[in-house]
Amino acid sequence: MADTTGVWMYAVTEEILADRGTKAASGVAGERIRTVHEGGLTAVVGTVPLDGFGEAALAHNLEDMEWLEHVARAHDAVVADLSRQAPVVPLRLATVCLEDERVRELLTEHREQFSSALALVRGRTEWGVKAFADRKELTRAAAESRTEEGVSGSGTAYLQRRRAQLTAQESVERDAAARAEEIHDRLLRKAAAGRRGAPTDPALSGSHEWMLLNGTYLVDDDRADELRAEVEELGSQFPGIRLEMSGPWPPYSFAGAERISP
Amino acid sequence: MRYADGSVDEERRIALIDLLDRVLSGGVVITGDITLSIAEIDLVRISLRALISSISTLSVQGIDAPVPRGVRGP
Repeated sequence: MADTTGVWMYAVTEEILADRGTKAASGVAGERIRTVHEGGLTAVVGTVPLDGFGEAALAHNLEDMEWLEHVARAHDAVVADLSRQAPVVPLRLATVCLEDERVRELLTEHREQFSSALALVRGRTEWGVKAFADRKELTRAAAESRTEEGVSGSGTAYLQRRRAQLTAQESVERDAAARAEEIHDRLLRKAAAGRRGAPTDPALSGSHEWMLLNGTYLVDDDRADELRAEVEELGSQFPGIRLEMSGPWPPYSFAGAERISP
Repeated sequence: MRYADGSVDEERRIALIDLLDRVLSGGVVITGDITLSIAEIDLVRISLRALISSISTLSVQGIDAPVPRGVRGP
């Protein structure tokens, strides 16, 4: 039987979780969630069939959107459930071993990394903040503020308006980049750690909006309200820019901050 | 007025993108026994490809295709 099953890894924690702690959610294959212990660390895992989760099957299944969505949500459900009970370090999706013994080896091998990641995320939660701008809106506002400064004779006014529009497009790009930087900096002040990701491809989001910032922040649990207030404040401070907050997330973006491979 | 055609499906898709972003490119990366011969970056890429093709399928069927503001009108 050992040849036909693998061990899917969800997360690592330092807590010895009681049964109560791991039976709430079923796993990516609908399996029972269980734990493997080694040297003070606990890996939360599930036994999965290799015909669905072996290397060849994974390479194929990951391209199947329905499969991927189901597995991503199931993986997240287990990790999120755990993270409400104890500090956890999530494993990247599709980390599979052949047997528990290998899981124990990995816990030993990477003990320091897990411990330092757990120390970082303890008492903290990940939140996402995105900033969107309406490019046309911002350009128009910038152009208007420029023409107002100029002369208002008929022909001159047209040329000036036209020039103002062109200049405005450039300055909008610059201003927007500066604002995104400022928003990120101010959110960082509320956070223990933060990072900016690449903006989501509009082809994926289906949104015509211009994403200025795709940030994610690790925030002390007792400062979450401060972060939320800052997001609202920033949103009202910059007209034409809309902020959107997501979370709470398990600390996906910070658990692997120091990748094992250099 | 968060999205032009802010349906539940669209919101769900946005949330899915956020989730995939995190579970595929976040988390601790250690090599288990099932070593995907594809590198980490490829894992993200093939998944995005799956996502894009699933979206264009939806668009082709006319279900929940994003309609840019300004397209409709007199």
